[in-house]
Amino acid sequence: MTDVASTATGPGRSATSETVRRLPEFLMIWVPLLLSAAHLISFSIWTIWISFTPSTLVPVSGWVGLRNYTAVLASRNWQVAFDNLLLFGIAFVLLSLITGLLLAILLDQRIRGENVLRTIFLYPLAVSFVVTGTVWSWLLNPGIGIEKLVHDLGWTAFHFDWLVNRDMAIWTIVIAAIWQSSGFAMALFLAGLRSVDSDIIKAAQIDGAGPIRTYWRVVLPTLWPITITVIVVQLQFAISAFDLVRALTNGGPGIATQLPALVVYDLMFQRSQLGRGAAAAVLMLLILLAVLLPYAAWRYLRRRRATHA
Amino acid sequence: MRDRGFAPSRILIYVIVTLFAAAYLAPLVVVVLNSLRTNEEIAQGSMIGWPQQLAWSNYAKAWSGFCVAETCAGIRPYMLNSTLITIPATILSTLLGAVAGYAVSLWRFRGDNWIYGIVTLGLFLPQQMRLLPWTIVLRDIGLINTLTGLVLIHTIQGLSFTVLFCRNYYVAIPHELIRAARIDGAGFFRIFWRIILPLSSPILIVTVIWQFTHIWNEFLFGVTFTTGQQQPVTAALIALSAAVADIPQYGVQSAAVIIAALPTLLIYLFGGRYFVRGLTAGAVK
Repeated sequence: MTDVASTATGPGRSATSETVRRLPEFLMIWVPLLLSAAHLISFSIWTIWISFTPSTLVPVSGWVGLRNYTAVLASRNWQVAFDNLLLFGIAFVLLSLITGLLLAILLDQRIRGENVLRTIFLYPLAVSFVVTGTVWSWLLNPGIGIEKLVHDLGWTAFHFDWLVNRDMAIWTIVIAAIWQSSGFAMALFLAGLRSVDSDIIKAAQIDGAGPIRTYWRVVLPTLWPITITVIVVQLQFAISAFDLVRALTNGGPGIATQLPALVVYDLMFQRSQLGRGAAAAVLMLLILLAVLLPYAAWRYLRRRRATHA
Repeated sequence: MRDRGFAPSRILIYVIVTLFAAAYLAPLVVVVLNSLRTNEEIAQGSMIGWPQQLAWSNYAKAWSGFCVAETCAGIRPYMLNSTLITIPATILSTLLGAVAGYAVSLWRFRGDNWIYGIVTLGLFLPQQMRLLPWTIVLRDIGLINTLTGLVLIHTIQGLSFTVLFCRNYYVAIPHELIRAARIDGAGFFRIFWRIILPLSSPILIVTVIWQFTHIWNEFLFGVTFTTGQQQPVTAALIALSAAVADIPQYGVQSAAVIIAALPTLLIYLFGGRYFVRGLTAGAVK
């Protein structure tokens, strides 16, 4: 701000009136930015602090060290949630990556109706997870959905009861999540494919590479930075998944589809265990950091290499 | 890449994309068809089927008839709640984000990079880290279980996205333009109004669509901070499913789902290009 003040004339009285004159501008710049930054920092510290207190129904002061953390980590609920997160995170990210890449490659083959197809593959992203979860809970419900349809068509031995099957229920969340967000991977991959330098392709063709070979050897390898971005964004979604599970299985049957975000909500607002709920939230943050920090380091190194080259 | 006319592989490509397109469309088609079938008809068969006679009454019931707990007002009050949360929060977060984005990219002031860096951390911080503090803050300022409370949350949290979008767009504007205007004596707001805003319509559309879609579809804060008649439509859908769990009314529920999803679907259909741009801009950060 000081550099602008130099255009004002003289010190003293006029400087004060200058400050008053420019007050609206300071407020417009600083109030939103400070509110945003302050809530991020103070809320994080606040939640971390609560996680070290014996708070139950209401936040209280006091210090219990890591007791909330050990209690959460030892609970069956969290252990199931963490195992589910591993399975869900890996399966969902891999499958949506493969689906997205396949769709992007197919759409990149100069096919007719590309715009319509792209619109179809991306529309689930405009729909809320609550709607997605609700609709898939109907389709996958053996009594009313796909299994019932196939039975009505005459194939009565058909079985598709993952929604109510403890061992398979987590896969229903994988299915719905892929339906909802593989279009995102497709959009990023397609943008990547379209931005490949045409000179590289020409050079490969002059070297005698056929179209398929060019695609595999020259075009696709340029996609790996995008792949990492897609993985990180999708993992970020998987780690904090809540709405989708709430609408699709609500963590059930039993606690078979429990995920960390549901554990946090359950502890905070259903069991009134604020300290443990906060500890579970901090654990979620740590899981997220385990993904984001390496990603940030990778981005930093890449940028540095790019500027040195 | 060029098709050398080997037809079988082209046919295979079309077959695969058509199958995928059918799979992506299927849930929507099923729900639309169901919203026009009577509950008896669905109960006899499955969710998946062609309507025997068009039961438009499902929509009337979904809109203003069905009961959740003691209130029988349909989905209408919750749609109104969502509208009253989404529109103010979208406008506020976009406007404040545009001004702040302009300030950190072109106006520059001491500490701008720092505060911008902190604000963008909001893209990553899980909502669960903010749930308890928001609960306490809203209670202390008397906004728990109010639409205003949710507008406040979505405005402040949305700033992380809107500032990022606008800042990344504005950095491409040449600094000379701003410097020249400043030498001519134009101030902060005058430059924003006369130079920046006229250049901003693409990024403002992207930001508005992004914010609207996200706030409309938001569930966690809605279900945590509001109850009963104050809930947004996402929370009301869950409450509806729970309320009719014993005697499901799939026809009416399907109509309610369609109504609740319609605003963001329409925005996507008419502003798809901008929607996708927001998606990729949010990802590449």
